[in-house]
Amino acid sequence: MSAAHISIDSDAIRRDFPILSRTVYGKPLVYLDNAATSHKPRGVIRALSDYYEGYNSNVHRGVHALSMEATDRFEEARSAVARFINAESPDEIIWTRNATEAINLVAHSWPQGNIEPGGEIVTTEMEHHSNLVPWQKVAADRGARLRFLPIADDGTLDLSGVDSIINERTRLLTIVHSSNSLGTINPVKELAAKARAVGAAVMIDGAQSVPHMPVDVQDLDCDFLTLSGHKMLGPTGIGALYAKRDALETMEPFLRGGEMVLSVTLEGATWNELPMRFEAGTPNIADAIGLGAAVEYLEAIGMDRVRQHEVELTGYALERFAELEEIDVFGPRDLSLRGGVVSFYASDIHPHDLGTFLDRRGIAVRTGHHCTMPVMGRLGVPATARASFYIYNTEDEVDLLVDALKDALRYFGNGPR
Amino acid sequence: MQMSELDELYQELIMDHNRRPRNFRPIECPDREANGYNPFCGDTVTLYLKMDGADVADVAFQGSGCAISRASASMMTEAVKGKSGEEARQVFDAFHEMLTHPPDSEFEPDDALGDLEVLSGVSEFPTRIKCATLSWHALRSALDGGGETVKTE
Repeated sequence: MSAAHISIDSDAIRRDFPILSRTVYGKPLVYLDNAATSHKPRGVIRALSDYYEGYNSNVHRGVHALSMEATDRFEEARSAVARFINAESPDEIIWTRNATEAINLVAHSWPQGNIEPGGEIVTTEMEHHSNLVPWQKVAADRGARLRFLPIADDGTLDLSGVDSIINERTRLLTIVHSSNSLGTINPVKELAAKARAVGAAVMIDGAQSVPHMPVDVQDLDCDFLTLSGHKMLGPTGIGALYAKRDALETMEPFLRGGEMVLSVTLEGATWNELPMRFEAGTPNIADAIGLGAAVEYLEAIGMDRVRQHEVELTGYALERFAELEEIDVFGPRDLSLRGGVVSFYASDIHPHDLGTFLDRRGIAVRTGHHCTMPVMGRLGVPATARASFYIYNTEDEVDLLVDALKDALRYFGNGPR
Repeated sequence: MQMSELDELYQELIMDHNRRPRNFRPIECPDREANGYNPFCGDTVTLYLKMDGADVADVAFQGSGCAISRASASMMTEAVKGKSGEEARQVFDAFHEMLTHPPDSEFEPDDALGDLEVLSGVSEFPTRIKCATLSWHALRSALDGGGETVKTE
């Protein structure tokens, strides 16, 4: 753990990201929208062009050199993702378009035989819509009941009723690891153990945790975990589902077609081995290889250090935000319970106006409901503005944000200019 | 501090209507009522109309939204109150044209716009045009009879 105490060299890291040298409205880009998507280091961008320029080919079925090279790189990327989250085997990594598709894969293929009428699916009030809407459909289709762990006033989960909410009728606990709109890091390991104790399966939405902290699926003891490539320095259009082999073996295919079959007759088909059984059609080869490069980049830095950097930066941001009396900051104050997300609201300024003001300073934040409309309802606000950090963000950028917010409060407050 | 484009968007009159919106109230027993919703930013507006024959006798709104949407709704109520339904539609058309005309095309503001011209700067901020037009779509829906929630997306 000693590495965790050595701060990362943000200046050196910034040089690896070409986009960070651009300007916006003549001002240096201050990119604080990493929970929406992260930027890409040169190595990831090069991995994409290397594939298309050097060995572009379809994977798995070819006997020619290019196809074999592409297959090797493609499977190496799968192994890199497996290693990154400590999966037992690369066969437990299914490529998807994104975390949303990974959740939908489970919602489509797992409930059969596992969720009966009257069974319960437990989730939380702080889920991204992607981990709520698919389960609403599953519950409606199967006569199951959706139950929710509520949000406490401090932005953590209220676990006072957890032992009645997770009970012998629970079939699945599906829970966000790190909230994209509150920043809250949930005690997923403890909750997974509770779910296991009543015989339920466990799915963790890792879209906001895997990019930012060490995540070990064997330690968490989850059946499923989802991740999103573009939020962890990789390309868009690629994500992954981690699923325990035992779970995958019992699941029906998600999509059907080529690649996922072993043999086909006019009357029927038999399914291919894992993981191909769940990857019908030509996969997103280039972007999977790009995600492999992103994983290697993060591994070289070390996820303990990535996490430490964001803890320090978030702590600094919370300190500076305390100067802004007119602005409410949501989420837990305890940095050990918080990812690098600062969601905030100024009662006198609509988040959308704030977003436009900051944009003209070259500062990119997200404004809106962050695909968590129930959370906005719980907070009693129509929307929030959200700054979210990553390895290349600096305290100087936090200062620019806070200074701009002070100006915005003046601008929209007692009269412009 | 150079803030010219921003000042162009947030004109003094707009800020004034945002801070002190006019006709920001319900109307008891309105003849027409329409809701507007912008899913992009969560803005909502409820528009109330009291008609006197074909004329807009009273118009008011409630809801939550950004400065642009609130000021636009506030100024709209002032612009169409006392006008006939047909005249109100003409103001709608002129306003819509002001915000959505192609950037390089000639645009001659309609006299009917009056103070509403201060909202022309919104056309330079494509992501904000829907903020300005939300209440107007609700107005048109109310003039048409109301009922369904109009959405900007």
